[in-house]
Amino acid sequence: MLSINDLRASIEGKEILKGINLEVKAGEVHAIMGPNGSGKSTLASVLAGREEYEVTGGSVLFEGKGILEMAPEERAAEGIFLAFQYPVEIPGVTTINFLKTAVNEIRKYRGESPLDAAQFLKMVREKAKLVSMNDSLLKRALNEGFSGGEKKRNEIFQMAVLEPKLAILDETDSGLDIDALRIVAEGVNSLRSPERAAIVVTHYQRLLDYIVPDFVHVLYKGRIVKSGPKELALELEEKGYDWIKAEVEALS
Amino acid sequence: MTTETIDLKTKLITDFYARESVMNGEAASAFHQKKRAALARFDQLGFPTVRNEEWKYSSVKELVNESYNFNSESNVVLADLEDLKIPEQDANIIYFVNGRYNAELSRMVSSQAQITISSLSEAIKKDPQLVNTYFNELTKESGEGFTELNTAFAQDGIFIHVPDNQTVEHPVILRFVADARTQNVGNQPRNIIAVGRNSHLKMAEAFRTLGSGRSFTNAVTEIYVGEEAGVEYYKVQNESEQAYHIGTTQVRMLARSQFYAGTVTLNGRFTRNNLNIILDGERCEAHMYGLYFPDGTQHVDNHTVADHRKPNSESNELYKGILRDKSKGVFNGKIFVRPDAQKTNAFQSCKNIVLSPEASMNTKPQLEIYADDVKCSHGTTTGQIDEEALFYMRSRGISRPEALSLLMFAFCADVVSQIRIDSIREYLENVIAEKLASK
Repeated sequence: MLSINDLRASIEGKEILKGINLEVKAGEVHAIMGPNGSGKSTLASVLAGREEYEVTGGSVLFEGKGILEMAPEERAAEGIFLAFQYPVEIPGVTTINFLKTAVNEIRKYRGESPLDAAQFLKMVREKAKLVSMNDSLLKRALNEGFSGGEKKRNEIFQMAVLEPKLAILDETDSGLDIDALRIVAEGVNSLRSPERAAIVVTHYQRLLDYIVPDFVHVLYKGRIVKSGPKELALELEEKGYDWIKAEVEALS
Repeated sequence: MTTETIDLKTKLITDFYARESVMNGEAASAFHQKKRAALARFDQLGFPTVRNEEWKYSSVKELVNESYNFNSESNVVLADLEDLKIPEQDANIIYFVNGRYNAELSRMVSSQAQITISSLSEAIKKDPQLVNTYFNELTKESGEGFTELNTAFAQDGIFIHVPDNQTVEHPVILRFVADARTQNVGNQPRNIIAVGRNSHLKMAEAFRTLGSGRSFTNAVTEIYVGEEAGVEYYKVQNESEQAYHIGTTQVRMLARSQFYAGTVTLNGRFTRNNLNIILDGERCEAHMYGLYFPDGTQHVDNHTVADHRKPNSESNELYKGILRDKSKGVFNGKIFVRPDAQKTNAFQSCKNIVLSPEASMNTKPQLEIYADDVKCSHGTTTGQIDEEALFYMRSRGISRPEALSLLMFAFCADVVSQIRIDSIREYLENVIAEKLASK
């Protein structure tokens, strides 16, 4: 589904990603872990098309199509979703209106007719239930004055509505208490299917108790320095990142 | 010397005396004497130049170098105005074409016991004493050439009088149409609104242009808000690319009254709005909302004054602007707190989004506070669009233009939602959405 090849990216002339290679197949969940500043969020941002980053080399194929030339909205319409680490507050635009626009823009891209108000509302109510999202939040300005937990829940809710093929969760667990974490994880798990994949970027193993990954990768200094099964996450939890840093330093 | 080469000021002054010379006994009337005095002041002041601090960023050179027909007849019929219409609602709708009251197009629904709505030209014939109680009483020391000019030529416009203890249910919508289909036209509507004690009125002034000739509108509205009265006043400018508009709204509020103003400038070649409010009683509440949305080479200048003269009053102001292309915006907000006006609360905010490197915005808050126990705040921001918000929306599949338009619409909503005449608000929402979609 997703094939990342020697991906290099920099911001303000500073290289952050120094050759990332990653294969994600349909149905798989990959966790990307690593110490602060290792490039995890950069990878998520570059995949979603954030324009501050300059891609300096490599390729990313999504279902065979090169996405690096695509605008963020085209990537979204192709089926890529990024759940933000810091969801943006947008005063004056209600969540419901925002999502209706998003859904119908994506449908337009795919050559489908727009959903009418009744169809849309029915679908949205079902999805809101899935992440225990209160109806009243839908009518409020997008993320404005939402608590940290509400914002993250709103990300997962939007994901449920847009039904992406590939979901990228950027530190979705940060700032969540255990109950919120569980709700968010349940939302993500309910979307798991053989046709879909997810990349879960996280600093801590905690989230992976709830969203169990098929593979764990450790990102350090802009490269994936170690990959393994889900047990690798537990090992990292127990031993921290220092032993990996030491391994890398020893090799270089 | 032919008329073409005489400058606008000289021509207007000559016109004034030519008209006066054919007047009968009317020239001696109090009304005319006020006009005569205003003409003398106009002669002295002339048109402002950029050397005048109040006009520093707004040059009227182009405006005064044109000639206009101030007495043009128009054969406008309702069908000509279809496209310019704000959807009808249950309202008093009064048309002025090239500054003249048009009875055929107009419609009044409110009862005459509740409200007198009359053209100024009729009112001055019927009850000169009543008109003179109000005419030019708020503007006599304006120090503004344009205002004096309007006073000197005051002939038509609206005269609204609401007696005490009346709540006028149906709004009054004044539609000013400049018919510039065959020539350059000038019009100088003069409006007087007097709302009695404990009475309530909602009204709007809407300005439109027909045709592609130049139009010059020099409008002055005097509004008297009685004790405990409430007035909502909206001004909507959706004029042509050839329209010059200078407008002054001068308001005096008495104790415990409320005044709401909403000024929305959607289109026009050159627009200057002066909104001056005197809070002349205790516990008054004045609200000023403004929105401007110029594109191309349009120029919009809003000058506002909240003059607190008595204790315990509040003024609250929010102006917002979106500037595109090579447009220019000016905001100057003055707050005066006079020595007697202790416990004043005055807030002012002006927020702008400049969408093009060639567009510009000049903002100047001006606070003059002579009392010591007051709460005043002001803030202006001028920025670009929030790129992080744009990326967030695009990452959900919303195209850049659509995301921009959603963000802009939301930006405008703070002001538009304050407009409490439904048909006007809905009209604005539609025009703004169209304007956003156009680029």
